Amino acid sequence: MSEIHTSGRAKIAIVGACEADLGQCAQGTSPVDLMAQASLGALAQAGLKLSDVDGLFSASTQIRFATTALSEYLGLNPSYHDGTQMGGSSFMTHLAHAIYALDAGLCNVALVAYGSNQRSITRQAASPREFNPYETPYKPMLPISAYALAASRHMYEFGTTREQLAEVAVAARGWARLNPRAWDRDPLSIDDVLRSRMVSSPLTLRDCCLVTDGGGALVLTRADRAKHLSSKAVYVLGHGESLSHMSISGMPSLTTTAASISGPKAMNMAGVKPSEFDLVMLYDAFTINTLMFLEDLGFCPKGEGGHFVSAGAIAPGGKLAVNTNGGGLSYGHPGMYGLLLLVEAVQQLRGECGERQIPNCQLALAHGNGGVFSTQSTLVLGLDPS
Amino acid sequence: MNAIIDLKNQSPLGVFQEHCRQGHLAYQLSPSGEAVFYPRICEPKTGEELTWKLSAGLGVVYAVTVLYPKGESPYNVVLVEMDEGFRMMSCVTGIDPERVEIGMRVKVHMDLSDPERPLPLFAPFPSSPEDLA
Repeated sequence: MSEIHTSGRAKIAIVGACEADLGQCAQGTSPVDLMAQASLGALAQAGLKLSDVDGLFSASTQIRFATTALSEYLGLNPSYHDGTQMGGSSFMTHLAHAIYALDAGLCNVALVAYGSNQRSITRQAASPREFNPYETPYKPMLPISAYALAASRHMYEFGTTREQLAEVAVAARGWARLNPRAWDRDPLSIDDVLRSRMVSSPLTLRDCCLVTDGGGALVLTRADRAKHLSSKAVYVLGHGESLSHMSISGMPSLTTTAASISGPKAMNMAGVKPSEFDLVMLYDAFTINTLMFLEDLGFCPKGEGGHFVSAGAIAPGGKLAVNTNGGGLSYGHPGMYGLLLLVEAVQQLRGECGERQIPNCQLALAHGNGGVFSTQSTLVLGLDPS
Repeated sequence: MNAIIDLKNQSPLGVFQEHCRQGHLAYQLSPSGEAVFYPRICEPKTGEELTWKLSAGLGVVYAVTVLYPKGESPYNVVLVEMDEGFRMMSCVTGIDPERVEIGMRVKVHMDLSDPERPLPLFAPFPSSPEDLA
C-alpha cells in the first residue's frame, strides 16, 4: 500500500464537503436524490463539474449497488469505484481508498457520497438485519442492545454511571443548540436523559442517536491540483482501520474497541498525538460510544471515560471540543452517519461553523464506527499539509 | 489447514442443534485446547480441525441488558461466559429480568418448544439446595 505523504507532505486534499438536506425529507425522496444533492454541493465548492468526477465511492444499506446507482443517476462513467461496506465507518475507509487510488493515478477527482431516507421509510425498512441463529432468537434489539451490553460491562468493570453516560447526550445537545442545521435543538438536562424511556438498559431513548433522513458528499483530488481550486484545501494526514467482529457475542472484550488499533495507526501516520487535536469527531450512535472511543483513542486512560466527560468537559466551553455539530445524538443520524463526521471536521477546519466554530481549528480527528463496535476507521485531517 | 466437514451431509449449526435436542450444549475445541463458539468448520486463524465437546452447562453472566418493548413485558438478553472458556448470547429465565446481574452463576437448560429451533436458555444456579449436592 502506498504512503499518503511524499517528502513529509500530504499528497491528497479534500476540496469539497457538503451535507444533504437533513431531518425529514419530502415524500418520495430517495437515498440517491440525497447523495446527488450533496455531491453537487461539494463539487460546486471546488468549482468542479460532474464531468470531472472519475472516481466514485459509496455504500448503503438501502441500495444493493450504491456506486452503480449513483453513477446511473449522475451520468458518470467512473474509471475507478469502490463500494466497501463496513457500516457507519465505511466512508472513512472510502476516503482512505480514494487517497490510494488518486495517488496511483487510477482517478483524478474522487467523489464519496451517502444518502438515506430512513426516517421517512423507518429504520427497520432502511436497514434490514441478517438472521443470526445464535443471537436473533433471544430478541436483542439491534444495534442498541449490543451497545447496552457493552455499557453494562463498562459500568461493572469501571464504575461508570448512567449520569456519566447522560453527560455525553447533554454535551451533544449543547453543541446542537449552536448548529442551526441540527435536528434536535431543544434544551436537554442530565435528568431528562435519565428519566426518558428505558429502551435497553442501561440505555434510555436519550442515550440513542436520532433517526433522520440525510446524507453528504466529499470531493478529493491531488494536492497539486487542489491549489488551483476555489475551496480551502483540507489535507488527509493519517488513516487507520480495523475489522473486529460481526456480532456482539464475538467482541473480544466488551470494554475495548478496535479504535485502540485504528486510532494509533492513524496518529502514527500523521505524526501527531491526542493532545494536539483542536477537534475530535467520534461516531456517537449511543452515549457509551463516545466514552469508549475517548479511552481507546488515547484521550484518557481506559475506564476513565466517565470521569473525563463529567461536568461538561466535552460540551461547548469544555476542555475538549467533541462532536461540534451535535453528533448522531442531536444533529442527525441517517443510518450510516460516518460521512457527516467528516463533513463537520472539514467545515470546522475551513472556519465555516459560525457560532460553534472552534477558534483557530488546525487539526481534527474523525473516527467512524460500524455495526456493533464491529469496524473502526480513524482519519487525521489538517490545514497544514506537512 | 484441513477442511473437516462435508457440508452436503451436516452443517455446524445442524450438529449444534442436534446436541441441543439431546439436552446438551455443544461447543468446539481446537487442537491447542481453545474453546470455539459459534460452531464453524475450522478453527479461526489456523484453519485446524475442531472437535465437538459437551459443555457442563455452567457459566457466569458477563454482560446484561433488559429490554422494554412498548406494550410488552420486559425481558433480558445476556452474554454468558461459560466455564469451558467460550461466550454466548442467551436469556436468563426463572427470575425477574431486572434482577439478573453480571457475575451471577447460571446453568443452561434447553427450550425445545420449537423442534425446528431448539434454544439454550439459562437459569440462576444453584436454584435449589439439591443443585449443590
